Amino acid sequence: MHIFPFVVVAWIVGVGLYGLVTSRHLVHQIVCLIVVQSSTYVLLLGVGYVSGAVAPYFYDIPLHTPAVDPVVQALALTDVVVEAAVTALLLSFAIQAHKRFGTLDPQELAELKG
Amino acid sequence: MRPAVRRWVFLIAGAGFVAFYLWGLTGLPGFGNYPGPYGDIINSVAVAQTKATGVVSAINFEYRGFDTVGEEFILFVAATGVSTVLRHLRGERDRSALDEALDRNAPPTSDAIRMVTLLFTGPTVVIGWYLASHAQTSPSGGFQGGVVLATAFILIYLAGQFLVFERVSPVDVTDAVEAVGAAGFACIGLAAVGLGLAYLSNYLPLGQTPGAVDSSGTIALISFFVGVEVAASFVLIVGELLEQTLLVRQESR
Repeated sequence: MHIFPFVVVAWIVGVGLYGLVTSRHLVHQIVCLIVVQSSTYVLLLGVGYVSGAVAPYFYDIPLHTPAVDPVVQALALTDVVVEAAVTALLLSFAIQAHKRFGTLDPQELAELKG
Repeated sequence: MRPAVRRWVFLIAGAGFVAFYLWGLTGLPGFGNYPGPYGDIINSVAVAQTKATGVVSAINFEYRGFDTVGEEFILFVAATGVSTVLRHLRGERDRSALDEALDRNAPPTSDAIRMVTLLFTGPTVVIGWYLASHAQTSPSGGFQGGVVLATAFILIYLAGQFLVFERVSPVDVTDAVEAVGAAGFACIGLAAVGLGLAYLSNYLPLGQTPGAVDSSGTIALISFFVGVEVAASFVLIVGELLEQTLLVRQESR
């Protein structure tokens, strides 16, 4: 049984989470969150893969050629859109945090009150 | 929590996660053994039902069209949210670097950058529209095309300066374009209700040749409006972030 792609998923999640935990900069932390989220692309496409199948586009290939699952690919698109939206919002929060407290270190921000 | 303690907590939790994950993997069918049935069913019926050869677009704009309305409004709300979060705080006003050092001129953009961006802006617009208008044919669609279109505006910013970027994409106009894109999608769906069909039913003629530009009815039309909306959203978000770094300054006391 091939599980290698799913091991890659866990690795990407782990690397991203490690970055989140040890980060000393909010922008770096946001990038780590993007890394964690990008694992879901690998997971979605890995779940829908069919050995030896083509992409689900039947423009120049005959109908009923075995193709991979298009449902998870559509979900990956949603995933990308949500990631873009979340990243934009988090970055603007980071800008406001820096304006207000003069620091982007999560450790120092946690110590501030108010 | 001290960083070292935090790292240990993470490593212990991570070991637990890995153990459970590996245990969970043993129950999966394994990579490449897709169990179905949804993907296989949709692959076999989508082209005949929608006359779109891009099955992913057919799913996005037809089978789960209602979901995609929500997805589009996520971007819409994000753009609104960024503008709200980045509104001018008390004691802030617009000042470019030029206003702060009147005796010094900003270094001009290098000719190499100007030439390259000038060369790429046109093709970028063409590729963006091509992607946004061929959702039914090939791996493309409004979301991808919209992002590429927004890149054209960022190229203009690179070639000139922020003020040129603002002149070619004034916030009011971009706002309106974004609203038209979002409302267009919702109204195509409502028109189906007006015709006595379910929301977002495909009521336009599907055409004869699968994958042709005039095929697949509302899929192509929705993709066009999504492209408009996504491009405007990204231009708004990028514009807001650029404005923060380039224009907004604390009032000097």
